[in-house]
Amino acid sequence: MRIIVSIKQVPDTTEVRVDPETNTLIREGVESIINPFDMYAIEEAVRLKEKHGAETIVITMGPPQAESALREALALGIDKAIHITDRAFAGSDTWATSYILAQAIKKIGEYDLIICGKQASDGDTAQVGPGMAAHLDLPQIAYVKKIEEISQEKKMIVAERLVEDGFETLKAPLPCLITVVKEINEPRLPSLRGKMRAKKAEIVKWNKDAIGVEEDKIGLRGSPTQVVKIFTPPQKKGGEIWQGEPEELGARLAKELKKYL
Amino acid sequence: MSTLRVIKEKCAGCGICVKVCPVSAITMVEKKAVINLDKCTLCGACISACKFDAIVREKEEKARRQDVSAYKGVWVFAEQREGKIAPVVYELLAKARQLADDLGTYVGAVFLGYNIKETAKELIWRGTDKVFLVEDEKLANYVAESYSRTIIHLVNKYKPEIFLAGATSCGRSLISRIAVKLYTGLTADCTGLDIDRERRILIQTRPAFGGNIMAQIISPDFRPQMATVRHKVMPEAKADRSRQGEIITEKVEKSLVESAVEFLRFVKEEGSGVNLAEADIIVSGGRGLGKPENFSLIRELAEVLGGAVGASRAAVDAGWIPYSHQVGQTGRTVCPKIYIACGISGQIQHLVGMQSSKIIVAINKDPDAPIFKVASYGLVGDLFKIIPVLIKNLKEAGIK
Amino acid sequence: MLNYELTEEQKEIRELCRRLAEEKIKPYSQEWDEANKMPEEVFKVFAQSDLFSLCIPEEYGGMGGGLLDLCIATEEISRIDGGVAASYAASFLGMFPILLFGTEEQKKKYLPRLAAGESIAAFGLTEPEAGSDAAAVKTTARKEGKFYILNGTKHFITNGGVADIYTIIAVTDKKRGPRGMSAFIVEKGTEGFEFGKKEDKMGIRASATRELIFNEARVPDENLLGGREGSGFIVTMKTFDQSRPGVAAQAVGIAQGALEMAAKYAHQREQFGRKISSFQGIQWMLADMAAKIEAARALVYAVARMVDRGGKNSGPASAAAKLFASDTAMEVATQAVQIFGGYGYMKEYGIEKFMRDAKITQIYEGTNQIQKEIIALDLIKRYTK
Repeated sequence: MRIIVSIKQVPDTTEVRVDPETNTLIREGVESIINPFDMYAIEEAVRLKEKHGAETIVITMGPPQAESALREALALGIDKAIHITDRAFAGSDTWATSYILAQAIKKIGEYDLIICGKQASDGDTAQVGPGMAAHLDLPQIAYVKKIEEISQEKKMIVAERLVEDGFETLKAPLPCLITVVKEINEPRLPSLRGKMRAKKAEIVKWNKDAIGVEEDKIGLRGSPTQVVKIFTPPQKKGGEIWQGEPEELGARLAKELKKYL
Repeated sequence: MSTLRVIKEKCAGCGICVKVCPVSAITMVEKKAVINLDKCTLCGACISACKFDAIVREKEEKARRQDVSAYKGVWVFAEQREGKIAPVVYELLAKARQLADDLGTYVGAVFLGYNIKETAKELIWRGTDKVFLVEDEKLANYVAESYSRTIIHLVNKYKPEIFLAGATSCGRSLISRIAVKLYTGLTADCTGLDIDRERRILIQTRPAFGGNIMAQIISPDFRPQMATVRHKVMPEAKADRSRQGEIITEKVEKSLVESAVEFLRFVKEEGSGVNLAEADIIVSGGRGLGKPENFSLIRELAEVLGGAVGASRAAVDAGWIPYSHQVGQTGRTVCPKIYIACGISGQIQHLVGMQSSKIIVAINKDPDAPIFKVASYGLVGDLFKIIPVLIKNLKEAGIK
Repeated sequence: MLNYELTEEQKEIRELCRRLAEEKIKPYSQEWDEANKMPEEVFKVFAQSDLFSLCIPEEYGGMGGGLLDLCIATEEISRIDGGVAASYAASFLGMFPILLFGTEEQKKKYLPRLAAGESIAAFGLTEPEAGSDAAAVKTTARKEGKFYILNGTKHFITNGGVADIYTIIAVTDKKRGPRGMSAFIVEKGTEGFEFGKKEDKMGIRASATRELIFNEARVPDENLLGGREGSGFIVTMKTFDQSRPGVAAQAVGIAQGALEMAAKYAHQREQFGRKISSFQGIQWMLADMAAKIEAARALVYAVARMVDRGGKNSGPASAAAKLFASDTAMEVATQAVQIFGGYGYMKEYGIEKFMRDAKITQIYEGTNQIQKEIIALDLIKRYTK
């Protein structure tokens, strides 16, 4: 069985804050991390590897520094890493990104399952996973909270998909693409051996020529959407701060709330 | 290849661009900004931040263009489950009406399912001019491929210029697939949708970086311009039962509704109390509660107010309450009328999930807690003392 | 403060342990302390991260590496919870006898399991009548055919009841005094081997401390450690030489955690219109704490390096490290509570736990008084020639 995990390196948004003077976002010294949802994708792949002896490959499309994200994935137990990187890819929106990733996956050749995290914490669009499935013409199950069954011989997967008020169970043929949510597992910490192995591992690098892309489908040029403006939202002004005896505060709040009820 | 360039003569060396760059691609060299193109992701945050217009994007022509003039109409994906229309659809219809009026065109709704014809008129009451109805047993439950093929067929046939869908579990995964197949632009989770009347295009505004910044996005050269909107972000269209409209029953080829994926079953979540996503009032508990038993206080207050119970990630991670109650970046985004945060410090990941609530009340003993920056009413004190008093007063005032 | 010239691997160990402690231990530390609960699930995470394979050679399934690696790991975990660290370190205490004195068969049988974290170990020496006076051990082991029959009671054993593998010191030949003690590997589930009550301790409550009861316990003779009777005393002494820097590291970690909490608190708390960290009195307290911790750390690392390089006669240095670090931990933790003032006394604020946890480091694995004996006797030997 071969499983491909697609991940993204993002800035750690927990560290981001707004500069009150310039009203812009300060990202100085902000670390880069693996997109939180992708950690669950990696964990699921490693579990499938442990259970079914699957071969696991992690891929990412990103600038040179994204390599550290791949090494982190290797430290968690993924077998092989491929770094898809080319300056020509910069500025790609989700259409172009999913196209590039799909082309890279075509180059990998045979596989049974592609696992993506539900969404990336910088863009938050949740579009790339299904986008890849569309480019590759694969069946997709999005927001998977549990893989009930997966079989290479029977070429099928049964998964539970999270919806607003419960979950749906779907059965899909392999190869298939799934995106996963937090409920699916508890990501492990890296092991020391894993970290050592990851440090020494050779990471394959593919640029646009290596994977074969149409020039007018990548980068800003190939992206149907474009960002025209970025601004910081007006800071929600704090309201009133009350201090005092609990008796007083509780009564006062009840009175205020009553107005809205 | 596109690129960003610093106009050295205009660069004042103020350094704001350095701070604003999410990937630390800019450095100051001899008081002038230098962009490391190897790191740069072309997001444009520096362009927006520069007060001196010293950074420019070297534009490149878009590779593809479509004859956009042939596309007319504002469509909405009318999501349904078991015959019931998702509430977000009514919010989309209100916005679609506005956009259509601005453009001088009609509002369409794509309604897929099985045995749903009777319900189609509800869409008309809420502002739809034409309902494109496709009924088939195979469309009874949402499956990405069959819904995707069917909608693509309709879009190619009728050429709407704008296509809106709810940013639901179904909507987001479906529309992403469609947008790629159609090779068109899609913007997810829009908080703002407006028409640029001059260019007759859709301006899509959405949050990024966990809500820390807003981005304005357009897709002028591709059709339909697609966007998803979250529930409770925009107001609902009112129902006017006297409203007239057309229901167009579309027959589609069997091959379109075939799908390799099989829908097996739907299991409704066992959960007592009000659904978090729908709630108008939410009372949330965080680490300040100290132990799981203390959620009973939150539950009591929620019950008195007729609201739902939420929680911060800290409380969920500690195992005090199930994940379905988690509000925040990796939990639910909520937009109730009243959000009461008890013992929650207000880390950015939590704020992201609730800061658009109309009224935010915070009860925390730490006066420096970040939650107080967004609270309409910030109570500094012991929640274990304040909440019982609040409950008592509410009960006395006749609430519940 | 200092640059300890750690290797890349050692830096990775520190980073991993810190992350593990912050994510998997910190949120529950107070809960475990209150419930007197040893969190076995956390040890699964340790195992999965290869933290039990430190110090064990690769040929036995370990990662190799040395005592300094273990000290760093122990220090980082102690910074968050001294109790979890105590259990972690105690497993190595039970492992060292096998590593240092076991026969090839014994090493092959037990070390891989320990390295994988499948089982944890414990060291059984202390008895109700044999604390500092280790030679006063009364548990007996008499040979009967292919077995040794053990009788006696051990108490205050860390990981008692939870560990699967116990290294037990028992008397095989009463007439020979200290040379009449032998070491045995006793597995949980051995007939006649039971556990007594779980102790309700002042601190390190996330580690389980129990009595071990041997009532005609039948231990196969291939579990006689090293295959030789009479080595019990030397096994004990050499084992403690290895483990003592670990206890010292635990103390350094506890002190470090307490210092960080106190410094952070001092910067938040305002009295008399200013942050208390702006008062020179508090600043001097923090400075003293920080300097002593650094000194303790430097000493611990130096001793660990010495042991790893095969330094001769590391015993007294080891004792000095344990003595100094544990006294520092107790002093720092107490001062930290003082800096917190009234809040420091309340369990809710978490700092008093550091003081309760620190105390044991001055007592176990050789009380500080015994450490002084070791140092003094060595001094006297050296200077009276």
